[in-house]
Amino acid sequence: MKKTILALSISALFATSAMSQQKVYSTKTGQISFDATGTCAEAIKAVNNQVDSKLVDKTGQMVVSVLIKSFKFANALMEDHFNENYMESTKFPKADFKGFITNVSTVNFAKDGSYPVTAKGKLTIDGREKEMTFTGTAIIEKGKLTIKSNFNVPLNDFIRGSYIGTQISAEAKATLNCKYE
Amino acid sequence: MVFKQKLFTLLVLVVASAKIATAQDVDLFKSQDEQDKKDKLNSTDYITATFKTTRMVNGQSIENVGEGIMDVKVSHRFGTISQGAYGLWGLDAATMRIGLDYGITNRLMVGVGRTNGGLFDGFAKYRLLRQSTGKVNMPVSVSLAGGTIWRTQKDPSLNHYSDRFNYSGQILIARKFNDFLSLQVVPTIIHYNSVANSTLSNDYYSVGIGGRLRLTKRVNLTAEYYPQFTKREGTTNSFSVGFDIETGGHVFQFHFTNSTGMDDRSFIEETTDKWNSAKGVHFGFNIARVFKIVEPKAVKM
Repeated sequence: MKKTILALSISALFATSAMSQQKVYSTKTGQISFDATGTCAEAIKAVNNQVDSKLVDKTGQMVVSVLIKSFKFANALMEDHFNENYMESTKFPKADFKGFITNVSTVNFAKDGSYPVTAKGKLTIDGREKEMTFTGTAIIEKGKLTIKSNFNVPLNDFIRGSYIGTQISAEAKATLNCKYE
Repeated sequence: MVFKQKLFTLLVLVVASAKIATAQDVDLFKSQDEQDKKDKLNSTDYITATFKTTRMVNGQSIENVGEGIMDVKVSHRFGTISQGAYGLWGLDAATMRIGLDYGITNRLMVGVGRTNGGLFDGFAKYRLLRQSTGKVNMPVSVSLAGGTIWRTQKDPSLNHYSDRFNYSGQILIARKFNDFLSLQVVPTIIHYNSVANSTLSNDYYSVGIGGRLRLTKRVNLTAEYYPQFTKREGTTNSFSVGFDIETGGHVFQFHFTNSTGMDDRSFIEETTDKWNSAKGVHFGFNIARVFKIVEPKAVKM
């Protein structure tokens, strides 16, 4: 009798732990940079080294969040204009992506390698939302996860402002690089 | 013995059920929303772009140029508009200043300039307090500015070389009320090393006020008034009104003013033309263009 109970509870433990072996990967020091240089003589690009991102390995649920004022430009005046004239960063301090990696099951988190991934979800910039699909690479190295992606952001879908499409490119070329813990 | 076993079983079950409980409900979307709310309370949002550029019209504004940025300023103040067509509404004559401003850090800037007539000026401006909301709630921005004016013109009436220097000291207190309205108050002292006679004071005080109204994202209406506490003989208070127009790296300031001087001493203490009946009104402009000289350390691609 006692052996049965013990066996039962142990197997229950294993069963649930197998089910619940769900890990949340997270980082607060991811990097997103973008280049939106249009016809303007000066490069319009910035980098943000404080990207906050989390990812659940089993469900593929993923969140990427950035503070707009943490985007650093080489030219402080450009940074002011970015915050003031385009991003309204006092009103909308953050931009984020909330979605799922649709093919997360193809990523073997236990095995070193590089896996192509697709993320689908809602991108919110300047208070405006859009369903978008991004492709990237999940890299497992010594059990650590890194996600890299190059993607384009159609600025007119999010931001109102003059010069978009002329001096400022209509599409910002962006790069994401997140090393998760 | 039986009790021990039961306890063990219970323990195993508790651990197992606890595992199930934690396995459920990992919703990153929800936790992110909560995080955003928390961040809003715990972070400090520093107010930027109180004014469009580092000058209101003639005087300093609370703004600084950024670290590693050179700001080239070309300013003109033309003759009085009342000259009419004969003098092309004052455009025939102009006082000109060329200035170079540089941001050593985001809070400290220095600048030099030359105005025709052998006038050099130099200044430093330091941002002491930054207006902010959130965790640190600071209602105003405060900067300190100090300047020197050096007259190089030949003047046989001067006894000492030091007579050629004037100094100015300012405390700038500014507040951006919202996206449309910013105001600043500027207590100022102007020091003359040399005055015409011994009954005159060497120090003069003024409290300047200035403001901007945003008309569109790129155009501001600005105004600036510097009343003198002790009026110097033959002078009047400086008042200017104008527009700031920003186009990317340029800021154009077009204005009407009764001052032709462009350094602190000249426009605050030595304005002679009067606004009444528009007889003493001059048209003028400042053009500012910024250049990146040194890449700030924070920007590494």
